Amino acid sequence: MTEFTPLASLIGGMMIGLSAVLLMLWEGRIAGISGIASRLLPPYRDGAFLSRFGFVIGLVAAPFAMMALTGHQVEQTVSSNIPLMLGAGLLVGFGSAWGHGCTSGHGVCGLSRLSARSFVATAVFMATAFVTVFFARHVLGG
Amino acid sequence: MSFLVNLMLGLLFGAGLVVSGMSDPAKVLNFLDLFGTWDPSLAFVMGGAVLVAFTGYRLVLSRGQPIVGGRFHLPRKTDIDARVIAGPAIFGIGWGLGGFCPGPALTSLGLAAAGTLVFVPAMILGMWVARAIGEARTGTAAA
Repeated sequence: MTEFTPLASLIGGMMIGLSAVLLMLWEGRIAGISGIASRLLPPYRDGAFLSRFGFVIGLVAAPFAMMALTGHQVEQTVSSNIPLMLGAGLLVGFGSAWGHGCTSGHGVCGLSRLSARSFVATAVFMATAFVTVFFARHVLGG
Repeated sequence: MSFLVNLMLGLLFGAGLVVSGMSDPAKVLNFLDLFGTWDPSLAFVMGGAVLVAFTGYRLVLSRGQPIVGGRFHLPRKTDIDARVIAGPAIFGIGWGLGGFCPGPALTSLGLAAAGTLVFVPAMILGMWVARAIGEARTGTAAA
């Protein structure tokens, strides 16, 4: 069980949306994390490496900034099933780069731009994720 | 300068993931578990993010150009091709297995759970493979 947190989740979501809007205002780019992360790898086609590197450093630093600010630990439960997490990471990395976006690029930014491609992409990854969790938890029994 | 601005925006994005609870894979997996311990929080995260971005993008894009760089770099593809079906289908399976998508995985890196330390390098490798195959297939210099 995890606690349903409508208000905190709404506020956190608005912070994510604000970050996306400000990135568009600053240098005109989509705040898609898979795009930002995958373009830290060569080949480099534009001069935005330092921007992307800065964004990722900010992401990694965020929980520590939050802990310093609030004095609370960041709670999380991550599976310690190493082969599972290895496979999951490969699928998430390959799929998001192959499909040109993930939850942020297609889900948040694409839907906000009313992109038909992103609506399709979001519907597809939501569907396979729901089915995967259903099989993992209720068919195989996780 | 762009490095620092992006660092602040990454901090804001990551803090949003922490505040919303999305840095915890358990919350994400419970959202995806409609027939079990369902936690609808993720829908509120998406709702809040899209509400702000939908409104904000309208204001920003009406400016004609961003503060730096001279033009907006918006995705040029609009067709529904095989990649935009297959990619998300594969991504969704991985997301449902691990409870991590790229943003929360990177945000969790420093918290150093064993599963995260395996997931993130595997994710980067997967991204590299996808880009390498894509490059080899198109053989073009399209960005």
